[in-house]
Amino acid sequence: MTVYLLRRILQSLMVLLAMSVIVFVGVYAIGDPVEILISPDADQMERERAIAALGLDLPLWQQYLVFLQNALRGDLGRSFVFNEPALQLILNRMPATLELAFGAMFLSVLIGLPLGLYAGLKPDSVGSRVIMAGSILGFSLPTFWVGLMLIMVFAVQLGWLPSSGRGETVQILGLHWSFLTANGWMHLAMPAFNLALFKISLVIRLTRSGVREAMLMDYVKFARAKGLSPTRVTFVHVFKNILIPVVTVVGLELGSTIAFSVVTETVFAWPGMGKLIIDSINVLDRPVIVAYLMVIVLMFITINLIVDILYSVLDPRVRLESKA
Amino acid sequence: MSDTTAPAPVAAKEETPFRRFVSEFAANKVAVGGLLVFVTIALLAIFAPWIAPQNPYDLAQLDIMDGRLPPGEVGGSGITHWLGTDDQGRDMLSGIIYGLRISLIVGIGSAVIACLVGASLGLLAAYAGGRTDSFIMRLVDLQLSFPTILAALMILAFLGKGVLNVVIALVIVEWAYYARTVRGSALVERRREYIEAAQCLVLPTSRILFRHLFPNCLPPLIVIGTIQIARAIALEATLSFLGLGVPITEPSLGLLIANGFEYMLSGNYWISFYPGIALLVTIVSINLMGDHLRDVLNPRLKK
Repeated sequence: MTVYLLRRILQSLMVLLAMSVIVFVGVYAIGDPVEILISPDADQMERERAIAALGLDLPLWQQYLVFLQNALRGDLGRSFVFNEPALQLILNRMPATLELAFGAMFLSVLIGLPLGLYAGLKPDSVGSRVIMAGSILGFSLPTFWVGLMLIMVFAVQLGWLPSSGRGETVQILGLHWSFLTANGWMHLAMPAFNLALFKISLVIRLTRSGVREAMLMDYVKFARAKGLSPTRVTFVHVFKNILIPVVTVVGLELGSTIAFSVVTETVFAWPGMGKLIIDSINVLDRPVIVAYLMVIVLMFITINLIVDILYSVLDPRVRLESKA
Repeated sequence: MSDTTAPAPVAAKEETPFRRFVSEFAANKVAVGGLLVFVTIALLAIFAPWIAPQNPYDLAQLDIMDGRLPPGEVGGSGITHWLGTDDQGRDMLSGIIYGLRISLIVGIGSAVIACLVGASLGLLAAYAGGRTDSFIMRLVDLQLSFPTILAALMILAFLGKGVLNVVIALVIVEWAYYARTVRGSALVERRREYIEAAQCLVLPTSRILFRHLFPNCLPPLIVIGTIQIARAIALEATLSFLGLGVPITEPSLGLLIANGFEYMLSGNYWISFYPGIALLVTIVSINLMGDHLRDVLNPRLKK
């Protein structure tokens, strides 16, 4: 187990290093940083001073080392637009994104699990067909368009829910949270549902196929033969066994939910880091782009690592396989 | 595909893999419906200049006075705008038909290139094995551990907007799916006798790879390819909606939807609504085909 853990952590660090090279090359080598980092009004003297100060006269590999050194100290440059440290800017926006992402994950399990369970237990009923057709639609619908339609129906036509922003927030531990106020809930409902749509379909399909497979297993037949009530068989024997794949996938999907919140945040003007990165790309605020990419890459690698470790704890086969 | 089906004898009625495939595919009405809808959409896109009531790129044909007309209204030039007009006075129906063109070209084009790149690397990985294999598969794992939208966002942040850049981004995002699929089936196929026979004949490696190994890895590739086309179209639309995709001069469906966004709050729903429906119908029709293809081509479900 320890060996597996160490190897996994080492792998993660390698990936992180590789990604930092890619981000560095992408931002500093493909684009012209001089053009972007130095004001166009600067005269020749100022330009040269700035180039030297930024270390842009050094060879590329040395520049990379400087970049890496600064990154390790948490310094990823200052935003041109906000004139704040880029990393700080990203971290300030992170709670909003996390709130949205967790809200969406919560909804996807809350809605997806019961529907998938039903569709798995009664695969031929009309209700199941409707659920499965709905899940195909959930996979096919472009998220941003659904978001627009939600705004059109619930904000413009019916006027029930606000179309943008986070609403009132409550400050806890120095961070602002919407989910603690009624107004915040109203603001969170539509974006979270929008972001959850795809995941709901996923959870439905996973749960359904898991239930259908589990129902044919000997232990379920045995539990039935013992005369246990169908409720007990369903919720104790079947449910426990399908939870592993569902938990893993939902965990893995947290990363992609955070990534896809870029779209939802843009539609609903949700002030998270996704909206920030789109705005930054549009005005070419490179330090923020770099900071965002590095933060999200780190986040991804951490999530993948945690899920892998959890998986090996939950499912002994993984552990044993790596030993063999 | 025609290459693999060429030996079908003219003497008819004899069951060939291709005929069996066609009859199995035709057995599912939903999938056939999807195919019909998709073919219709593709024809609309191909013959756009002859079908669309208006050339949406020809500024001389646009009249700003016709801006934001609701569906069914007749504009100043005498055209009935069945799906309304946008803020520039552009007929939405024409805009959608032309937009489908861009969406399909980008979607299918990137899927085909990604398939070529991915399939070649997958074949190579399976055939060469060893270091080459583990290196390529590491890349695949790395690629697949990042969500598509993030990778695409990253690439477009480096490269900037433009149709070609979107295609490049989509190819980079998608190749790994093909590589993994092809490698999987090629690993099984390369142990078969016909490959051994080809090796005994000392045929060049490229010939063994592409004429012997590749055709036999096609079924799963077709399934992945179908689904990936739908995903590419959706991703392109999303990127264009975010303002990172195609330029405003060549509006795809995603960009049309984005254009209508600001007018939606004032109740002009049609500018975003109808392009979205077109996008949805396209994606659903492809997914319906893909879903059924998976069942037809899956050897595990064969009796």
